[in-house]
Amino acid sequence: MTNNKDKAIELDHVVIRFSGDSGDGMQLTGTLFSDTAAILGNGIATFPDYPAEIRAPQGTVGGVSGFQVHFGYDINTPGDYADVLVAMNPAALKANAKWTKRGGTMLLDRDAFTAKNLKKAGYKTDDPVKEDGIGGFNIIYAPISTMTQETLKDSGLDNKTILRSKNMFALGICFYLFNKPLKFTEAFFEKKFKKVPKIIEANKMVLKAGYNYGYVVQELTPYKVTADEIEKGTYRNINGNTATAWGCMAAAEKAKLPLFCGSYPITPATEILQELSKYKSLNVRTFQAEDEIGGITSAIGASFAGNFAVTTTSGPGLALKTEAIGLAMITELPLVIVNVQRGGPSTGLPTKTEQSDLLQAVQGRNGEAPVPVIAASTPSNCYNYAFMASKIALEHMTPVILLTDGFLANGSQPMKIENTDTLPDIIVPHASFKEGEEYLPYERDEKTLVRKWAAPGVAGLEHRIGGLEKMDKTGTVSYVPENHELMTEYRERKVDYVQNVIPEQEIVGEPDADLLVVGWGGTYGHLLTAVHDLQAEGKSISLAHFNYIKPLPKNTEDVLRGAKKVVVAELNNGQFAKYLRQNFGNLEFTQYNKIMGLPFTVEELTKHFNELMEEK
Amino acid sequence: MATEETAKLTFKDFKSDQEVRWCAGCGDHAILNSVHKTLAAIGKPRENYAIISGIGCSSRFPYYMNTYAFHTIHGRALAIASGTKTANPDLSVWVITGDGDGLAIGGNHFIHAIRRNINMNVLLFNNEIYGLTKGQYSPTTQEGMVTKTSPHGSIEHPFNPGELVLGSNGHYFARSIDISMKLTNEILENAEAHNGTSVVEILQNCVIFNDKTHGYYTDKAEKLDRQIILRHGEKMVFGKENDKGLVLDGMKLKVVKIGENGITEDDILVHDAHEESPFLHWMLIKMKGPDFPIALGVIRATEGTTYGDKMEAQVADRKEKSAIKTMNDLLHSGATWQVD
Repeated sequence: MTNNKDKAIELDHVVIRFSGDSGDGMQLTGTLFSDTAAILGNGIATFPDYPAEIRAPQGTVGGVSGFQVHFGYDINTPGDYADVLVAMNPAALKANAKWTKRGGTMLLDRDAFTAKNLKKAGYKTDDPVKEDGIGGFNIIYAPISTMTQETLKDSGLDNKTILRSKNMFALGICFYLFNKPLKFTEAFFEKKFKKVPKIIEANKMVLKAGYNYGYVVQELTPYKVTADEIEKGTYRNINGNTATAWGCMAAAEKAKLPLFCGSYPITPATEILQELSKYKSLNVRTFQAEDEIGGITSAIGASFAGNFAVTTTSGPGLALKTEAIGLAMITELPLVIVNVQRGGPSTGLPTKTEQSDLLQAVQGRNGEAPVPVIAASTPSNCYNYAFMASKIALEHMTPVILLTDGFLANGSQPMKIENTDTLPDIIVPHASFKEGEEYLPYERDEKTLVRKWAAPGVAGLEHRIGGLEKMDKTGTVSYVPENHELMTEYRERKVDYVQNVIPEQEIVGEPDADLLVVGWGGTYGHLLTAVHDLQAEGKSISLAHFNYIKPLPKNTEDVLRGAKKVVVAELNNGQFAKYLRQNFGNLEFTQYNKIMGLPFTVEELTKHFNELMEEK
Repeated sequence: MATEETAKLTFKDFKSDQEVRWCAGCGDHAILNSVHKTLAAIGKPRENYAIISGIGCSSRFPYYMNTYAFHTIHGRALAIASGTKTANPDLSVWVITGDGDGLAIGGNHFIHAIRRNINMNVLLFNNEIYGLTKGQYSPTTQEGMVTKTSPHGSIEHPFNPGELVLGSNGHYFARSIDISMKLTNEILENAEAHNGTSVVEILQNCVIFNDKTHGYYTDKAEKLDRQIILRHGEKMVFGKENDKGLVLDGMKLKVVKIGENGITEDDILVHDAHEESPFLHWMLIKMKGPDFPIALGVIRATEGTTYGDKMEAQVADRKEKSAIKTMNDLLHSGATWQVD
């Protein structure tokens, strides 16, 4: 082997997948790597892949935990396939080999490839690479465990504690491989283990040993990955669930209202409730209800009492909340319902991603019950769309459904920190008591059709609301046929009016392209990357990616009719396509659907779009 | 404490302008009057009340209250009220529910609201039948009773609401009868004063679908022998001649006659609603005719921390101690980096 270690190979972007047993600390390893990459100006996107079972047997494929980081230039997804796979045991290799690029690098802990572990992972021979027919990789068999033990033999730590830091050895090798400094990770150790200096020192030593191992022992060629053109500013890493929680909290602060979240734990939405529960200092009260219905109804009760109310859930939970959404709709109380979509139907694939709750969100209620529906499209813009969902709910006195998904919820991305004074104001339509004037709870603003909100505690505004049809203006119970029709129309038009406050649909590329790709929600990163790649090849292709689902942006029909061909790509059986047909009649387009509980890959998208453009 | 202005409120001030649409002879009319009178007597301003109901005949109640009120969906009143009270602890929250709304479709919310001990009053109108849907058996319908969905007699075992309250670690349970308005008023004032979830079961007559279901106990000629009104600190005596009482006979309650078999008034149990142990309260709740009188009044009222008090204490503590006082603090907290 010639010594290549001093000339780095340049790459635009790289995907590393860290994988090991759920106890091997792969989430932390991946996070530390991506933090360093981000600080140094790489674009990053990450995605964790946890085992579905909480405690799957050690060493089995079911117990493998992974963390993928994509870094470099113009990064919009966590990447389809890994350029580098770090596998801490045979099970990790078994689970992830198929996600590694041919010709890519595999870093394996040789010490973990024992006969016993190979058997546990389901291998029949002692050569897993040959057995699975996965040749063509650059394999680094590094004795990670013994090197870690060797490094810390004089540390005075017990063997179990020593082996717990072997992930840092692997991280050190990766830092060498990608030409990254160790100082940010070292600073992390100093903060994290402030009270146990021994552990700080041990982790630093192992990290450094891994780095040196890459340099000295393996004489690996390091890579230099292009920095992104990133706007100046302060950044932080954030995942979709945290961003959603923060967006709601920012809205509560802007609206000068306490935030109440009534919710029930459900994968993959639970972290939103967990996150909100930390911030009582920001006037946030969380109520972990006895069930999904208790979650939303307690939120409706809080909204009646004048709080900004939120409930969070995933598909099956949204189904349970259906009747209560109707109550919030007919009483015209503000409420944000966050649905972090997962694979369905029924319990389905709880830990996997899908976009199959769109029609449930738009139409899944008894009676005529329109509510605005908004979809976030990146982990970090969950913050912005949660804010917008909240703003629309509060300003238009309506429940709003915010759709995210498992992919956005767990994926993370840098977010540029903008102080809250850059966010738009939220003008809450509070009712106020005027001497000699009667408060009519269902009297509406002429233009927006929004009613005024009067919370208990204000003298002179006492009133009754409820789920029965109510008389125009007074809100008293009414069975008058004409009134029911009128109120139904008001409620529909009120939601339609929201079209006037949302932006027009943008197109990435030319409006009259040969092919217009239409998407919505969490597939944005993959669709954008595929479209960018094809545009770079000179193809006439554009993307219209929707965040406002109901109502749709004003110019939607023009957008859809502008291109020569249109394909609607989504992770379901064609729900947005159905919805568009319902709205725009004879519109012609094809569909591209994937229902595997997995995100699109850029590879499959570009292949399909190319085929569409080649068809006459 | 009532201000001068609010002290002037009378029961009429709590009546709304809506026509009351219950059947003539329905027990709900009497309960509505009791609530109007009680709220006037309590003396809080009208805007501080939130009356919340689910679905059913009783749940029409909010429309007849000139306060803030919310007629919600079937079974969910307690969950909605839990949100309302947590969002604004200053409100006096009253839940109106029935045996179907509260114990069948809403059973889960019922037990959990009690377990959390959220400070509100829950009025459970128990007529042992589904009235609004016109006569199907409910979770409190007596076994064997013929209803529209049990034409051969109900084969289900009924709940006793008080038992559910105890089973949920409840601190407060009282029982009244719709037509016993004075007793209802007395109980409701007591329930409002209690800090925690106060469950008041009101035996209510459905004149159409289950008429006189409580008739055995309300019979004018016999009711003094068939009801015992319990008051904290008072002897458990009852009867036309006030000469009957309750004693403990081993692990069981027993009705005795003062002056017979050497029983004197000193032998009669004294009601202790504040006793933590639910043992005696449970036996009182379970009493029924013909061997026992039915127990009315405040049967259990013990102290316990409430959800709201603890929540507000945590909120105040975090507001004082947390470094994160605004969203901007949060946005800039933890690991951030600068791109120049």
